[in-house]
Amino acid sequence: MKELIYLFITFAKIGSVTFGGGYAMLPLLTREFVEKRGWVTDSELTDYFAIGQCTPGIIAVNVSTFIGNKRKGLIGGIVATVGFVSIPIVIITVIAAFLTNFAEYEIVKNAFAGVRACVCVLIINAVLRLWKSSIVDKKTLLIFIAVAAISVLPIDVSPAILVILSAVAGLLIKSVGGKEK
Amino acid sequence: MILLQLYIEFAKIGLFSIGGGLATLPFLYDISDRTMWFSHADIVNMIAISESTPGAIGINMATYAGYTTAGIIGGIVATLGLITPAIIVIYIIARILNIFMGNKYVENAFYGLRPASIALIAAAGISVMKVSMLNLDKYARTNNALDIFSFKAIILVIVLYVLQKKFNKVHPVAFIALSAVVGIVFNFAA
Repeated sequence: MKELIYLFITFAKIGSVTFGGGYAMLPLLTREFVEKRGWVTDSELTDYFAIGQCTPGIIAVNVSTFIGNKRKGLIGGIVATVGFVSIPIVIITVIAAFLTNFAEYEIVKNAFAGVRACVCVLIINAVLRLWKSSIVDKKTLLIFIAVAAISVLPIDVSPAILVILSAVAGLLIKSVGGKEK
Repeated sequence: MILLQLYIEFAKIGLFSIGGGLATLPFLYDISDRTMWFSHADIVNMIAISESTPGAIGINMATYAGYTTAGIIGGIVATLGLITPAIIVIYIIARILNIFMGNKYVENAFYGLRPASIALIAAAGISVMKVSMLNLDKYARTNNALDIFSFKAIILVIVLYVLQKKFNKVHPVAFIALSAVVGIVFNFAA
């Protein structure tokens, strides 16, 4: 029970400071669940993001469910996810009810321009941190470069397809070609 | 009954939209066309609000659309509809993973998956950097090369990076709050 409450509160906390989609929550997840609690490892977190990317639903929800599930089974997954959406539901309802032109306020625009700068730094740090457990040799570096390049360039390929292709590439490289390592 | 309809429509979005929150957009347009629950202009408003509030964009859009359709309960029901399929699917995948973890072929697939996952995160980071540190709209208007960069944001990114390296025990939330204040005080959106 204590762990369920912790899951709920932690995800509520993360949900209320995650700006701009699922990837922005990664540094917070690392802090809470890898460093503080040790409930998941860096590479498990990376796996969750990869799977969350190519399964139905929103990445943030998929990753929350995964972590809750890992610790406390189905109930844990539900509690984590409901925790994650709890605060945003309240905030959006208040905005929808009273502040329909919320996004137009000068103070909101300024605050979010500032927060975006911070999100850059948080994501850079998350990438650097996960780098070690994922980019382990030249072949994985090649996969990284290819996927990053395709995602940054204005080519319209779904991330889900990139993830699936990379899994196939991993399978082929390791199972067929790579006996050397 | 409208609540049941809301739940089902958003559960459908949850089941068929794959990837980030903006993947829900085409589905929202489709709902708008079929049901008249909200207009296309409402959707544009939703995107603006979702992007300037915490939480995942898809979730926020569901809450907002549900609220405009059927009030507070509508917002809750739509959001629960959106997350239901994900919870079920991930639960099943997690169980299957538990069985196959340690299997050579699954491990090999993850060997390729992990760098791809990081690459997608890095790409998301690059697109945030573009929005935050470059000022392409302003450059298009003024044609002054100095206007391409928003120097205030670049300085803040560098300062935050150094601060985080130095005080890595401080919770990331503190840096988020700090940068919101800096944004307001120094008029970042201007």
